[in-house]
Amino acid sequence: MNAFVAAFDRVPPLLAQHVLLAGSALLIGIAISLPLAVWSSRHAGVARIALGFASLVQTIPSLALLALFYPLLLWLSGVVGGGIPALGFLPSLIALTLYALLPILRNGVAGLQGIDASVRQAADAVGMTAAQKLRLVEAPLVAPVLIAGIRTAAVWTIGAATLSTTVGQPSLGDLIFAGLQTQNWALVLAGCIAAAALALTVDLLIGLIERGLRTRRRGLWVTGAALLLAGLAAATAPLWVRGSDKPTIVVGAKNFAEQYILARVIGHRLERAGYRVDYRDGLGSAVIFGAVAGGDIDVYVDYAGTIWTNEMKRDDIPPPAHMVAAIGDWAGRTRGVGLVGALGFENAYAFAMKADAARRLGIASLDDLVPAAPRLALGSDLEFLERPEWAAVRRAYPLRFASATPFSPTFMYRALDSGKVDVISAFSSDGRIAADHLTVLTDPRRAIPSYDAILLVAPRRRTDARFLAAIKPLVGRVGVDAMRTANYQVDRDADKRTPDQAATWLATAIGLR
Amino acid sequence: MPATSPTPSPAPGAGITFDRVTRRFGPTIAVDSVSLTIDRGSFVALVGASGSGKSTLLKTINRLVDPSEGRVMIDGVDVTDGPAPALRRRIGYVFQGIGLFPHMTVAQNIAIGTRIAGGSVDIGAALDQVDLPRDVADRLPDQLSGGQRQRVGIARALAPGAKILLLDEAFGALDPVTRDALGTEIRRLHDRLGLTTLLVTHDMAEALLLADRVLVMSRGRIVADAAPADLARGGGGDEAQALVSVPRAQADRLRALAQ
Repeated sequence: MNAFVAAFDRVPPLLAQHVLLAGSALLIGIAISLPLAVWSSRHAGVARIALGFASLVQTIPSLALLALFYPLLLWLSGVVGGGIPALGFLPSLIALTLYALLPILRNGVAGLQGIDASVRQAADAVGMTAAQKLRLVEAPLVAPVLIAGIRTAAVWTIGAATLSTTVGQPSLGDLIFAGLQTQNWALVLAGCIAAAALALTVDLLIGLIERGLRTRRRGLWVTGAALLLAGLAAATAPLWVRGSDKPTIVVGAKNFAEQYILARVIGHRLERAGYRVDYRDGLGSAVIFGAVAGGDIDVYVDYAGTIWTNEMKRDDIPPPAHMVAAIGDWAGRTRGVGLVGALGFENAYAFAMKADAARRLGIASLDDLVPAAPRLALGSDLEFLERPEWAAVRRAYPLRFASATPFSPTFMYRALDSGKVDVISAFSSDGRIAADHLTVLTDPRRAIPSYDAILLVAPRRRTDARFLAAIKPLVGRVGVDAMRTANYQVDRDADKRTPDQAATWLATAIGLR
Repeated sequence: MPATSPTPSPAPGAGITFDRVTRRFGPTIAVDSVSLTIDRGSFVALVGASGSGKSTLLKTINRLVDPSEGRVMIDGVDVTDGPAPALRRRIGYVFQGIGLFPHMTVAQNIAIGTRIAGGSVDIGAALDQVDLPRDVADRLPDQLSGGQRQRVGIARALAPGAKILLLDEAFGALDPVTRDALGTEIRRLHDRLGLTTLLVTHDMAEALLLADRVLVMSRGRIVADAAPADLARGGGGDEAQALVSVPRAQADRLRALAQ
């Protein structure tokens, strides 16, 4: 029960961000849809294009739509010479606004087209101007239908806003994503319940307004609107009352426990150095390097091999020390990103099997795996099968599995444990390798690059001595055993710790407390 | 029944003048170069089959339809001088669809024309004028019968003080009893308020019994122009007589039945 109390403690500030984001997107969506609906109802061609576009947007999965605006804004920012934030509020706002368009537009157009032709003719015949016709006849007649569309859009937007976590905008999705990754179900439930309650409340209140307009009961819709506004003000209150003149640092993290923990280790040190710290958890691998280059986050931990293959597009495999030096040089030269140093452990892709199965099949290396693979099922994380590393592995070892299924990391280990898959693309710093007695297969052909954890900072922090002094002690200090233990504290099923607690433990364990 | 010729010699240009008015819809010619003068104060019926162009011609007066060629003048002034809404506020228009605003009460519907022009209306008097009880004022249109609704439509058309009344198949959707009663009332209002009234109908009997002058339209042209008495006596030409023969034959058959 305590876990729930702790989880719900995190709701109010995230709810405030969530409401602000979804509310802004809905308002802008309405502001765009209304004139477009009027225009569309007057010209069939405009209606076709506007509705076609809005429907097209709906067919794009919301997660993809959010991710799409990141490179787009980055490019735009480059074109106008910088200044456009590519991460956080803006891309989320644009994506959600586009998402809100369709139901409002569709209901608006349908409502306007549904107005009896004789009523329109009467409006003309009594001498109304186009503006009077809109205000006195069309608007009141279309209002109930339009409000129904706004209601749908509101519920959609509130739901989709949980996904804005992936592009670095805090929302109730933070709880859901972090909870899923660390198997903290109290956190997942808190996020889901808060988002659902918000959606239901808004649905109810807009429903009240709709019913008031439909049955021409003024009291009803005025009450609904007043309650909605009051709720909006109350929910966003945490945003207006805080305020601090300390400089704020944004620490980024990808979407797994090790990243959450390291982000807090870094954050705790910065707080002690007098900074105010915000966390952007759950950023995608593809987004996060651009985020530090663009200054949307100040610091985060990445892995040498990821930058090497994904950002630098290299497929040769040099010795680890060379690789880190080359990355530091490349990142500074081309993107202005500072490499503070390697933390001291590696988190590489590592093919792992259950120890007894590996022994029974006589598999110890990837070479041994090749003849056995056609009878085995592979489980991977969500991105591995699309990554260049997998292509490189298959170039070196002609692996053909009976099946290959992507899972979120937590479920990948579960799938191996339950026998659903036989081999997984594990991570070498994962505490579950030791805890679950897994055998890590060796890579005799050296197809998988090194994945030394490296500390990267935004261009404006490269020369910030106070900032660097706070995080530099981490370089070379984090050993793989300590990291595995900290990871396992968060990932295990029983007696789980929060990333914050594990970070405190880790800092003590490596003597930086 | 009215006299055949109420205004012996109107002032030149007074009333409604059509000057070679043509209206095309794509390749179709709905109105084909019609020139005509409607004297001020007269009650004129425009009769013809569906698609003869009578309704299109009527709508060129209040600019619900713009002529492709030619022009329409009221008291010598081209209707296109000035904005259409201002013109329409001076012209009452009642049509088959009625088009009461469903979200407004009867009183609000009647007052709308004056309200948008910035004036106010005596709702009680307006209801009395069309023979509706005063307590319908606060009802919504869907709480009224068809006949009551069209009475509200007429009250709405006349409320801003219109001197021209256009009736576009205004009684088309009503039952025969209501239709007859409303026709008679319209004629009474026409006489009392000194209106210039144009009645578009496909019912020749209605035209003969209400109007001072009957115009027959066919394929966009005026093919007959006569007083009701002339038509009843067999004048006005073949196309007019083809229409007059229908009610006449019906009347003959009814008489035969009674004997």
